[in-house]
Amino acid sequence: MHWTGFIAPLARGAWITAEITAYSTVLGAALSFVAGLGRVSRSRAVRVTAAVYIEIFRGTSLLVQMFWLYYALPLLGPSLPPMASGVLALSLNIGAYGAEVVRGAINAVPREQWEASTALNFTRRQALWRIIMPQALAEMMPPFGNLAIQNLKDTSLVSLITISDLTFHADALRNLTLASTPIYTLTLLMYFGMALVLTALIRLIERWSRRHLAPSRGAHA
Amino acid sequence: MIYGIHWDLHSPLAFAISILPILLIGMKITVEATILGFLVALLLGLVLALLRRVPLRIIAWPTAVAIEFLRDTPLLVQLFFLYYVLPKYGVTLPALFTGVLALGVQYSAYTSEVYRAGLEAVDRGQIEAATALNLSRARLYRTIILPQAIPRIIPALGNYLVSMIKDTPVLSTVTVMEMLNLAQIIGDRTYRYLIPLTIVGALFLLLTVIASTVVNRLDRVLPKEGVPLR
Repeated sequence: MHWTGFIAPLARGAWITAEITAYSTVLGAALSFVAGLGRVSRSRAVRVTAAVYIEIFRGTSLLVQMFWLYYALPLLGPSLPPMASGVLALSLNIGAYGAEVVRGAINAVPREQWEASTALNFTRRQALWRIIMPQALAEMMPPFGNLAIQNLKDTSLVSLITISDLTFHADALRNLTLASTPIYTLTLLMYFGMALVLTALIRLIERWSRRHLAPSRGAHA
Repeated sequence: MIYGIHWDLHSPLAFAISILPILLIGMKITVEATILGFLVALLLGLVLALLRRVPLRIIAWPTAVAIEFLRDTPLLVQLFFLYYVLPKYGVTLPALFTGVLALGVQYSAYTSEVYRAGLEAVDRGQIEAATALNLSRARLYRTIILPQAIPRIIPALGNYLVSMIKDTPVLSTVTVMEMLNLAQIIGDRTYRYLIPLTIVGALFLLLTVIASTVVNRLDRVLPKEGVPLR
């Protein structure tokens, strides 16, 4: 089989990889905010819960988490389809890393900004969403970008729980044709291409957020 | 039975206790793979970082692309590439060494960036001053650049070591008998996945907590202003 014959089946897998990356990055970002804000909550119970979630998912291996959701969770009751287990494991994992980014960015906003908000009679919620968060968001963008790339690479693990992503297709083709050199070279290049596209996308979002979220910071710095 | 150790299916607790020794044998492989993989990453990363600093663009530029490529492609696929492609060119390694090589190659992209950032963090003015004082290149590195770069480099490298521990289960896909692989085999034979997988999760947590405590301690002990060499 000529190597060009591998492109079409691999591209089908690449599409699944792109979909899974999109779902888990969005869900992971949502979890990052929930857990990251939980870490700076005034309620002790919320802080502890968020900290436990973050420690468990940052401290153990993603593949263990994925296998746990796929093989062990059904024994406790809920049985998830492979796609849901994969996306959930990726989101929970990247969400735990993202939560630390959110927490760090919120804490990096100077204390005076909180004090000024209080002086201007903002409630804590108003201060967080109108004053602190726009500044923190701009700060979060570069590390979030790195996490998105990390997440794209991590999606290859879903092939191990029977999801037919790019890595899964590559493995199936190798079994069929034994032409491992062209198959894996193409696969690596496709991941690299997707990472470059994702990087370009992140740069656009970063530029947008610098211009629209915290314009005053640059002007007065 | 694995490694001559039988499991006890009478109660969940007895099962957990009986499979723990098996998983601890796997943990030894996990630790070995991490240490060896990290050594490869330290050396290969240094080579990449130095090649990238070569003033010739024909060497520096392809190195930069190679680092980006290694960093942007999944460990699992790099591992499959090494495992299935190398033998076609006559290089047959045991599975563990292929895994160690894959870990080392992927992380060399990260370590090379750590070295680069560490070296570049030293103030340019100091290098200019050293040139003005006519210090040799060897002396410049030994007495000025490295002492200041080391306290920046070591904690960052440590974080990647912790991260590498968590990537070792990927090696189970090429038959390396580390913790997750053993838990999986126990699950396949007993139809009980919950306990072995949970214990493996706990053991990973233990390993990463110990490793990150050591890294944090190291970060606090290292003098920020520089480590005197000699």
